[in-house]
Amino acid sequence: MADMNVLQDNLARLFKSKIIGLDYRLGELTLVIRAADLLQIMARLRDEDCLRFEQLIDLCGMDYSAYGDGAREGNRFAAVYHLLSVTNNVRLRVRVFAEDDNLPILESVAGIWPCANWFEREAFDLFGIIFTGHPDLRRLLTDYGFAGNPFRKDFPLSGHVEMRYDPELKRVVYQPVTVEPREVTPRIIREEHYGRN
Amino acid sequence: MAEIKNYTMNFGPQHPAAHGVLRLVLELDGEVVERADPHIGLLHRGTEKLAEHKTFLQALPYMDRLDYVSMMCNEHAYVMAVEKLAGIEVPIRAQYIRVMFDEVTRILNHLLWLGAVGIDLGAMTMFFYTFRDREDLVDCYEAVSGARMHAAYYRPGGVYRDLPDSMAHYQPSKVHDAAAVKRMNENRQGSLLDFLEDFTNRFPKHIDEFETLLTDNRIWKQRTVGIGVVTPERALALGFTGPMLRGSGIAWDLRKKQPYEVYDRMDFDIPIGLTGDCYARYLVRVEELRQSVRIIRQCIDWLRKNPGPIMADNAKVAPPKREAMKQNMEELIHHFKLFTEGMHVPPGEVYSAVEHPKGEFGIYLVSDGANKPYRMKIRAAGFVHLSSLDEMSRGHMIADVVALIGTQDIVFGEVDR
Repeated sequence: MADMNVLQDNLARLFKSKIIGLDYRLGELTLVIRAADLLQIMARLRDEDCLRFEQLIDLCGMDYSAYGDGAREGNRFAAVYHLLSVTNNVRLRVRVFAEDDNLPILESVAGIWPCANWFEREAFDLFGIIFTGHPDLRRLLTDYGFAGNPFRKDFPLSGHVEMRYDPELKRVVYQPVTVEPREVTPRIIREEHYGRN
Repeated sequence: MAEIKNYTMNFGPQHPAAHGVLRLVLELDGEVVERADPHIGLLHRGTEKLAEHKTFLQALPYMDRLDYVSMMCNEHAYVMAVEKLAGIEVPIRAQYIRVMFDEVTRILNHLLWLGAVGIDLGAMTMFFYTFRDREDLVDCYEAVSGARMHAAYYRPGGVYRDLPDSMAHYQPSKVHDAAAVKRMNENRQGSLLDFLEDFTNRFPKHIDEFETLLTDNRIWKQRTVGIGVVTPERALALGFTGPMLRGSGIAWDLRKKQPYEVYDRMDFDIPIGLTGDCYARYLVRVEELRQSVRIIRQCIDWLRKNPGPIMADNAKVAPPKREAMKQNMEELIHHFKLFTEGMHVPPGEVYSAVEHPKGEFGIYLVSDGANKPYRMKIRAAGFVHLSSLDEMSRGHMIADVVALIGTQDIVFGEVDR
């Protein structure tokens, strides 16, 4: 693995004021940028000689609305990009927040890395993040005719509709869910140093 | 002159060569593919969302069900993510066990791939040969975890238990009399390591047998040589990893380049292909079988000589000893808290990747300090590979689409998640 300090310096030198956050933790570097600079910075991340992030390893949507049981401030939706440089053998994480919480829009990076195509369709499907400039932004994983964005934190785990075979109509029908949501282990955030003395 | 029109055809969702539930909408000009539009999600179970509602330990068995032909490698990426975020040290013996079972898993995966692709391309016999050897390896899974597929053997902090000293024996039945059973049990007299060593002695000859059936086979070459050629630059842009990337001639393997666990102590080679077609990827995978055998042997030697703990000695992540739990209040409380509330992982985010048999399998884990993950994203190699099917299949005949799906080694458990 190449030296992360070198990468950190290079990023700071190249992007200067465009960087909102540059955080080194657990051996991983996270770069936070503005949505407006996304395409420009991504293209340079791929093409600059000292960076050469040829591969987009992963792109995922994030919904921060319930983070820390809602104690977090800031924009709700983000896209997180994991980049890999095969030449320099380093990884980088880039996070971009969508400005508008009600209609999250980001620019598509499918023109920079073709494999972003399906990743963005997935994030659009599951989080409702719209990627402008995407060649073919359709739902990917959910059912044909599905309504809603299932991975948003306000979407219930049991969903809204269920499917069953109706013997009278002799076809499969949708109906509101009859499942009672059940939580066996509650989600708890303990105070610091809990249980340690 | 008759008017010639393109027509679209559905391939799957129930088609044996689709390797699962792939619905592929093919736009054809005669027999030539103009456009391929894979419709996925028919096996979407929302694993990532489910994990957000489970404790860190409860989310682990979902990993087995992602890529259900290489179970332990999926678990590996997940436990590594949790360990990195929580700062858990894994005992060295557990690391060797993990590496050994990762390679067992790689052989399991490649054998299934070889058999299934063989059937797809008309080499029916392969399936019987590869499944004969898979049987021994799933027996190893069973001996160590109790389950032949969905092991849930790797745990944050180590592995669930140490390697067993004995293997299960076959019992006489209507189809196997006592003499036959005695013969079948011959290599099962010792420990799991003895059994696995016996396997590594037999298996290289079996790989030679596979190769005599396929490598120089005229039909096999006609179906694979020059099909789905991907240049190295394009393979990088399309996000290929694993054998798909190495088949295009890029020597990239996380086990060498970003070693995790004890891979940096292992002696093995990375095979690469020269031509970037289906045949090159086949050769890469066959060579990986041989390299995996090498790694397994090194692990067996080390594990024989070095007994030790297999789980971190930290009551916040690992269950206490059973005897201690029966006698001490403290251990009883720890046991109860661990299996009800579960462990708390400090706030933060982490991405951990392993060299999965299919490519890079990564887990992006975000925690806000609770006893459940805030968000877990699974980076599956098959998802990225399948997204390139459109580009790879353009201009090929419809029969080649089968070879392409095969060579990408698609398993829908991980594509759809």
